[in-house]
Amino acid sequence: MRTPDAIAVAPARAASRLPWIVLIIAVGILLPLLPYMFKTSDYVLNIFMNSVTYAMAVLGMVVVLGYTGQINLAQAAFFGFGAYSVALGTVSYGLPFWVALALGVGISGIAGVVLGLTTLRLGGHYLAMITISFQQIFDLVAVNWIELTHGPDGIAGIPRPSLFGHELSDQRAFLLFSTLVLYALIWFAWWLPGTRLGRAMRSVRDNELAAGTVGVHTLRVKVTAFTMSAVLGGIGGGLYASGFSYISPDNFNFARSIEFLTATLLGGAQSAFGGTLGTVLIVLLPEWFKDLPESLRFLTKVYLAIYGLAVILIMVFMPEGLWGLLRNAWGRVRKTAPQAVGKIVPLNFDIKVAHRTALLKLENLQKHFGGLKAVDGVDLEVMPGTVHALIGPNGSGKTTTLNVVSGIYRPTAGKVLFDGKDISLMAPHDRAGQGMGRTFQNIRLFSTMTALENVMVGGQRDNNPLQEGHDNLRHRALSALEFVGIAHRANEVVRNLPYGHQRYVEIARALAGHPTLLLLDEPGAGLNQTEKQELVGLLKRLRGHGLTIFLIDHDMGLVEKVSDKITVLNFGKKIAEGSPQDVLRHPDVIAAYLGEGPSGAAARA
Amino acid sequence: MEALANNFQVLFQGLALGSIYALVALGFVLIIRTTNVVNFAQGDFAMLGGYLMVLFLVGMPGNPDLGLPALGLALPYWLAIVLTVVAMGVIGIAFNYGVYYPLRNRPFLPVLISTLGASIFLQNTVLAVFNPQPRPLDKLVGVDGITVGGVFLDSQYLVILAFTILAVAFQYFLFEHTLLGKKLQAVSQDKDMARLLGIPVSLMIIITFVYSAVLGGLAGVLVSPILFVSIGLGSAIALKAFAATIIGGFGDIAGAIVGGLIIGVVESFAAYYISVPYKDAYAFVFLFLVLLFRPQGIFGEKVSEKA
Repeated sequence: MRTPDAIAVAPARAASRLPWIVLIIAVGILLPLLPYMFKTSDYVLNIFMNSVTYAMAVLGMVVVLGYTGQINLAQAAFFGFGAYSVALGTVSYGLPFWVALALGVGISGIAGVVLGLTTLRLGGHYLAMITISFQQIFDLVAVNWIELTHGPDGIAGIPRPSLFGHELSDQRAFLLFSTLVLYALIWFAWWLPGTRLGRAMRSVRDNELAAGTVGVHTLRVKVTAFTMSAVLGGIGGGLYASGFSYISPDNFNFARSIEFLTATLLGGAQSAFGGTLGTVLIVLLPEWFKDLPESLRFLTKVYLAIYGLAVILIMVFMPEGLWGLLRNAWGRVRKTAPQAVGKIVPLNFDIKVAHRTALLKLENLQKHFGGLKAVDGVDLEVMPGTVHALIGPNGSGKTTTLNVVSGIYRPTAGKVLFDGKDISLMAPHDRAGQGMGRTFQNIRLFSTMTALENVMVGGQRDNNPLQEGHDNLRHRALSALEFVGIAHRANEVVRNLPYGHQRYVEIARALAGHPTLLLLDEPGAGLNQTEKQELVGLLKRLRGHGLTIFLIDHDMGLVEKVSDKITVLNFGKKIAEGSPQDVLRHPDVIAAYLGEGPSGAAARA
Repeated sequence: MEALANNFQVLFQGLALGSIYALVALGFVLIIRTTNVVNFAQGDFAMLGGYLMVLFLVGMPGNPDLGLPALGLALPYWLAIVLTVVAMGVIGIAFNYGVYYPLRNRPFLPVLISTLGASIFLQNTVLAVFNPQPRPLDKLVGVDGITVGGVFLDSQYLVILAFTILAVAFQYFLFEHTLLGKKLQAVSQDKDMARLLGIPVSLMIIITFVYSAVLGGLAGVLVSPILFVSIGLGSAIALKAFAATIIGGFGDIAGAIVGGLIIGVVESFAAYYISVPYKDAYAFVFLFLVLLFRPQGIFGEKVSEKA
């Protein structure tokens, strides 16, 4: 593990992509030079300028909506911060363009952080509402605070800058410059999903609860994404102001935010190229309408209504946008063989067994929901290196206990001690950061990501004793997948994997983080007998490596085979504890499971 | 004395306006509770209600670009209201099938975006049929209002307050004392279980959409004589109604009403004492503050997702 250079790494990208890369580069170079090669009217240049600057704002939407799954209906306001800063900075306060642009981007970013911090804790509906309100307030201020913003008249005469001694005052030159900036931003947005942060963003989008439990600081990731979106909007707005030399409030109203949203959804929210494609289409669409035959000319009068209809149709029929359609079509034409993953080193557990005190300790743990005492004063010790099972009839408080242990619920009273430390109030991602791994009863994977990416997210936890760097993380994830026996499916998207394999991916995701304690919530649920036998083997191997396991399951055969110790809950209270042989024959336990009738009393006698 | 009367005047207006927010918020809450969806077109139901009244009472101007002829109508007020209610019911059904039903098994975000699309569609379709010019609407009763202790009580405001009380009472009765209400609650809490028990879940959701469309439409009918009928009527009300649901506690019926009244009062007083152009901003600033200090709202409990 610590010598990654010993691993033969398969080429990450197939050679067959080369022609595409050449094509993209050629188109990329040709596009901004077109105005130099052909005589283009100002009108056409303006359409280009619109597309380029809007695309920057849309890339922000791709990051926040497409990658992170958080809605932002105030992108036009962030665009406006950039534009107003450049306009007012240069025209009213005589600042150099670059200073004004930097200020604008900074203000957008700060607004993004503040807005994100206040609302992202609360989740989707709130965010939609708050961003709309923010957009409305921006609009009101831009129109009404005339001393500052010049009101509805707008600001004219915004200058264009010079760069390294080159004057960009010519519209074509400024367009060329803006296009190059756009390329850099597209590259950034394309590169982002494969990074640590990008994977964290996608994990939040796919399953926020699971992301937190495996160690992703979900709030920080969401605020970061929101801020990035605001900054990208600010850059676009700053260049827009200079590009058109004139701005007014109606360039930055709610309708524009909706236009950005529509462009994002139309092109494909999950791709930088899709977002850009969507922007170009949205800018060109009204132009195309003008060339329609007389009988269809009425469409120009109602094109905003068509936007609205298009939004619904896109959501229903092509949730991944045009880019998603293109990519899926291309995927059907060319079936690529699964990529080889290279040589894999055995998983290293790094478990230091030193002390003989409990690794996990629950002291008088209570969790009440209103009047329901789901967990009612449980004391429990999980010793290091053991497999400890928690069993009990349905509704006895097992999963609630596990949720309190992993930090999804806060205890009503009592303590959770992990390795001697009180973690009762710690957030789930911090518990993962202390070396606690967990799986879920109803599998919670990041469904649109590959098995490998899922497991890499698990390896990204804080304090993971793993050397820095993408390759180390990737190798760690592959080792974990190999340990559970499914490394050969590493590059498949997990929602396409069979159920049993998905369970293993979840275990591998926890293992990648070098856990010292593994919490398994019904690992055997939904598995057939063969798969259950494999699971027993896997659990025994894990125990053999010194890993401490605390698990819940209903299958007594499985529990009896793997456990060193069993604790039984009933109605939130502990009713028995001890070795499997003793506990499973304990009359109270039998009574709890089978009920206490005459035969129960007979068994007891 | 005069200052006190002025304050009462402002308070009265705030409560009346707040009742409108509360009415639309009630529609919001119903849909949230049965479908877990925030309907961003809820306010546009109010806008449609207003325009339907204009259509039935006056007619429509026609739009040669779209081949729509001008139409003159002059139905009695009561008939216009009945027709508006019927039309809103039909719109509710169409909304269910067009906007919610195809996406019912998807996460909340696609549905939310879809309702946003519906809002844009409705506003701009109405804009094409009518024109941007705001339109007046007659009051429900012929009397202008009454003066009590120096405070002028506008008759339309009184009608709004009375209707809100009726609507709240009706909704309480529906949910607490009828089988239909119990079925609706069952659907909102666990669709799968409700289905297993033989409750027609899809029908219950249609009923919810119809009910909240009618409620929204009536809110529009009531508020139009005060605010004029305009394309933006709905979205302005809806944002504040949604703010009301958050302030009251997400998905809580009593909370939505109290939240709506609070927002109406805050808004009237701030407009009176601070400045009018920013009238629409105060509700949001207040909302920000609530979110900062009491994010679960007044009646809300902190909830966490079940693992």
